[in-house]
Amino acid sequence: MIAPRPPLDAAVVVADRRAERAAARRAKARRGQLIAATSTLVIGGALVALILTSPGWPEVRDTFLSVEVFRESFPDILRAFWLDVRVFLIVEVAVLILGLLVALTRTVDAPALFPLRILAVVYTDLFRGIPTILLVYLIGFGVPALALEGLPTEPVVLGGIALTLSYGAYVSEVYRAGLRSVHRGQRDAALAIGLTERQALRHVILPQAVRRVGPPLLNDFIALQKDVALIAIIGVAGEAFRVAQIQAASDFNYTPLIAAAMLYLAITIPLARLLDRWERGHGGRTR
Amino acid sequence: MAARPGPPVLEFRGVTKAFGELEVLHGIDLEVAEHEAVAVIGASGSGKSTLLRCVDLLEEIDDGDIFLDGEVITDPSVDPVAVRRRLGLVFQAYNLFGHLTVLQNVLLGMVKAHGGDRDEAEPTARALLARLGLGGREDDHPDLLSGGQQQRVALARAFAARPRAMLLDEVTSALDPELVGEVLGAVRDLRDEGVTMLLATHEMSFAREVADRICFLHEGRILEVGPPEQVLEHPRRPETQRFLRRLLEAGRA
Ligand SMILES: Nc1ncnc2c1ncn2[C@@H]1O[C@H](COP(=O)(O)OP(=O)(O)O)[C@@H](O)[C@H]1O
Ligand SMILES: [Mg+2]
Repeated sequence: MIAPRPPLDAAVVVADRRAERAAARRAKARRGQLIAATSTLVIGGALVALILTSPGWPEVRDTFLSVEVFRESFPDILRAFWLDVRVFLIVEVAVLILGLLVALTRTVDAPALFPLRILAVVYTDLFRGIPTILLVYLIGFGVPALALEGLPTEPVVLGGIALTLSYGAYVSEVYRAGLRSVHRGQRDAALAIGLTERQALRHVILPQAVRRVGPPLLNDFIALQKDVALIAIIGVAGEAFRVAQIQAASDFNYTPLIAAAMLYLAITIPLARLLDRWERGHGGRTR
Repeated sequence: MAARPGPPVLEFRGVTKAFGELEVLHGIDLEVAEHEAVAVIGASGSGKSTLLRCVDLLEEIDDGDIFLDGEVITDPSVDPVAVRRRLGLVFQAYNLFGHLTVLQNVLLGMVKAHGGDRDEAEPTARALLARLGLGGREDDHPDLLSGGQQQRVALARAFAARPRAMLLDEVTSALDPELVGEVLGAVRDLRDEGVTMLLATHEMSFAREVADRICFLHEGRILEVGPPEQVLEHPRRPETQRFLRRLLEAGRA
């Protein structure tokens, strides 16, 4: 005769299986971490060994990585970098506004805006097509050459304008893609509840578009942050790259350039991590 | 709903609509009286959605006229925004505003389109949501709701400003079968209040119950209009018979 198994037993068995599975999962995760750490060490070690044993290493070490030169030049470059940060912040705000205005002009189909729409199309085509470095040159040297009253002649202002025009064209396209990605049904629904076209844009379409373009916009900001260095080529005094360049030229040591590079990275890497996190967090909830 | 004082709430006269070469509506004539509910039935692609969108001026008609309370609304000189504020359209796919909460979805039109005071509109909106079984979900975003709940929010949003007529476009056809009932219940609830309705539907049992008249649309033409018993039980046209038979076979009648 077989006695029915008490239900308590079943619960114990289930609990055991659960613990077993959890343990197996933990073991697998540990194994994964171990493999990752080992392979990183091996590959990293090989790279370091390769560089350290290269014939030119001693010279590179002295001209690019001199601790002494670094210590000497870093404070000046850091001070200069503050100008980069300010230019970046101001240009960034201008780019956000210009890009949005251009995108809206191209999206809204009011007949009165026709000439503006043409202008917006020409602007995006032109300024997206010209390399930013060329634009900085053209505006930085071209505008003062016109010798017109009232136009700015300061290199830093002209450089900022060139960057704004260049990035505004990219960013307007990002906004436009965002506006287009909002489903037509959203506009229909907004009109159906009695909103005007403009209200539909402002309260329904634009907020959803802007939410969606956050990550690509941040991506463009990272690019802009390092492109601020381009204004050095039109002789903006006190810009970080410019200062580093002058210092490097004065004693034939390139360590100041490394110092400047580190400062750019100090901004762009955190921004990149922020972007990663944002995309992970919002990726699933875009509707 | 026999007595008909005044003009019909909605009236179509020879309404014709084409998308490019494709003529979708051909000379539609139809009236919807005050407090009346007219159900438009017909195969997919017969022009039901287009008909409703033309009333809400989301599509421009090519010929004929549509009247709301005796006034022509399809004249180019008429402000479409003012017309839409007197109508409530509910879409097959809900089209809720994803960036707003349930409550904000309902309030947006009340405040921005109808100039209501937010603090005054809010209790009204909450009461309407509660009445449609959405109490407690006011602060959720629509994507957290089931399809049936989303469609009820859409009903509340369209009804919030007490439109002269509700236009319902297959409000249950995007829903899983077990969710259909709750949405039909919500429509029935509005119907009991005497709201004038023009609704496209696939649910014959519902059409029979809620509609005063049924209108069979076939390839952009109204082939038959009449009380539900007549159109659904004794259809005169072979096209209507074929359509109803096919529905029956698909188990949706
Ligand atoms: N915006 C549009 N552009 C072109 N054709 C359309 C458009 N909207 C609807 N149609 C066409 O009009 C016909 C009727 O569509 P619709 O009114 O959606 O029918 P129903 O709602 O009865 O299924 C279909 O052939 C459809 O493809
Ligand atoms: Mg349809």
